[in-house]
Amino acid sequence: MTTFGVSVLGMEFPGLLLAILGVAFGIGALVTVLGKRSLYGGWPTAYWFLLPSLIGFVVFFLFPTIRGIYLSFTDWNLLANEGEFIGTENYAILWTDGDFWRAMRVTAWYVIINIGTQTLLAIIIAVMMDRLTKSATVRGILLLPWLMPNVVVALLFVWLLDNNLGVANQVLGWVGLGPWGFLTSINGVIPTIAAINTWKFMGYTALLIFAGLQTIPGNLYEAAALDGATELDMMRRITIPLMRPVLALVMVVTVVGSFQVFDTVQVATGGFSGTPGGPVKASQVIYLYIYRNAFVFNDLGYAAALAAVLFVILMVVTAIQLRLLRAGESDLA
Amino acid sequence: MTAVQEMVGYGKPTTASRMGKPLAWLLLFLLLGVTLFPFFWTLRSALSTNSALFANGFEFTFINFKRVLGLATDEEILYASGRVNSGQFDFLLALRNSVIIAAVIAVGQVFFSAMAAYAFARMKFAGRDKLFFLYLTGMMIPPIITLIPNLILMKELGWLNSFKGIVAPFVLMTPFAVFFLRQFYLSINRSIEEAALIDGASHFRLFRSVILPIARPQMVTLMVLTYVTAWNEFLWPLVVAPVNDEVQPLTLALGVFTTQQPGSAPDWSGLLAGTLLAALPVMLIFLIFGRRIVDSIRFTGIK
Repeated sequence: MTTFGVSVLGMEFPGLLLAILGVAFGIGALVTVLGKRSLYGGWPTAYWFLLPSLIGFVVFFLFPTIRGIYLSFTDWNLLANEGEFIGTENYAILWTDGDFWRAMRVTAWYVIINIGTQTLLAIIIAVMMDRLTKSATVRGILLLPWLMPNVVVALLFVWLLDNNLGVANQVLGWVGLGPWGFLTSINGVIPTIAAINTWKFMGYTALLIFAGLQTIPGNLYEAAALDGATELDMMRRITIPLMRPVLALVMVVTVVGSFQVFDTVQVATGGFSGTPGGPVKASQVIYLYIYRNAFVFNDLGYAAALAAVLFVILMVVTAIQLRLLRAGESDLA
Repeated sequence: MTAVQEMVGYGKPTTASRMGKPLAWLLLFLLLGVTLFPFFWTLRSALSTNSALFANGFEFTFINFKRVLGLATDEEILYASGRVNSGQFDFLLALRNSVIIAAVIAVGQVFFSAMAAYAFARMKFAGRDKLFFLYLTGMMIPPIITLIPNLILMKELGWLNSFKGIVAPFVLMTPFAVFFLRQFYLSINRSIEEAALIDGASHFRLFRSVILPIARPQMVTLMVLTYVTAWNEFLWPLVVAPVNDEVQPLTLALGVFTTQQPGSAPDWSGLLAGTLLAALPVMLIFLIFGRRIVDSIRFTGIK
């Protein structure tokens, strides 16, 4: 890497930054002089409007994506900050890495529980927002957890679910059960984290679905009511079929998000001087496994390979979902 | 309920539908209770001394909030937490850092994305739609893919453990912000701009005097959402600023403070007071802008 740089008014400008800005303004000068102008801008004007976002996109999205794929074919070390090209070795290791497969199983189990409960509750809440009350306060309260930092949410529940002092285990104690290790038992930890994030995201998901419900014509419900249909009939025969395209897109967004769970696991299972992902790797989701490979074991090459595989999996999952839910078609047509 | 429904008595009142409405209300109140209870219970615990918590009791005090804010004396700290020093956590410093980071990201990202959105919505240039599509594909790339290369880049720039490093990847744009604003600009009537263009106004002038004022409410909403997102970010500061608490935001400082607690008898009340205070700014923003945030979700919500 180049190490040249300049110092202006006591501030250091690294060579790499100067190179990026130099290229950006060089192209800008060329475009301004040579580009074709028109009433609606043309490149000479548009370039300067786009410049900040172009730098941001190329430097922090496009280039890192390509570089990330390249890194996955190297043995790049975090501390040395260098690595050799080693072909597909990382992917070969990954194929036989028991911890990777465990992480995928743990993540899949988490996604199934989280998406299952969250979507079900969100549909119910959305229908209630639509048919029961339009109160802004109700919507606001249900949306509140979504705005909280994941770290805050994790700490709230670490306290509520504490084995000795948590209110959840106190209540279990009154009815003669527990104490149950919500976050400290091998079988309990993933369902618990899934439930925490269901609590966090059900209101937000409900609002997304609610927005979709607004596109269903009200006269369908009026006609059904005249024919003596109950609320349950209407839900089954009108609401669910007609909101399928919306539900498909909401599911794609929430499933992709759910696969990327990290903060909650890191804080809730790491807790007080514990090891994140515990007990005994029972909550080591794929994001956490990638993080640990990169920043605990310093093996950026392998972490990049894991990230690339996750990317491919997410694309496949998305494609399957869109196919299964026939997102492109609506029954309203 | 519409007039028609009221006239016909909302269908034939079967037993199920007569029972249905109160049951639905009951379920709604249950869900509201489940949503609010963790906040209530944590607040109650943060308003108690640590020793009372360990006896499953409650002893009212403001001391935890005072000591998180650095206002308590040594004797008070000892009495409240049961120890002299309960871990390194400079709340006000972390709060300052969070405010700086979130404000710089929110203002920068929304302004620069607005410029790009204007170009995509109002200008004509070769390859415009292809470039916009490329931006959109950026939305589909999971952050973990770019996390590692971005960290290496920060290392090469010498920006580790600095504000520059924490804000850099988010301050210039996100594909979502460009997309959100472009969609909104497209819905603004163009007739004023057309007339001004023919009269010789520049695009910079139109952007500043027409688009920015008209789109202000939407841009404020986007800025609030960006601010909250930046405030909540945990993973990127964790990897890019792991050691310098002069620049670490609240989320990271809380996480670090947690891992410093002894497993046997942590300083629960202090930790919970800090946790609630970290959530407070977001709650205040929500009280002020809640309506707009709810509406914006319905706007971005897929149609």
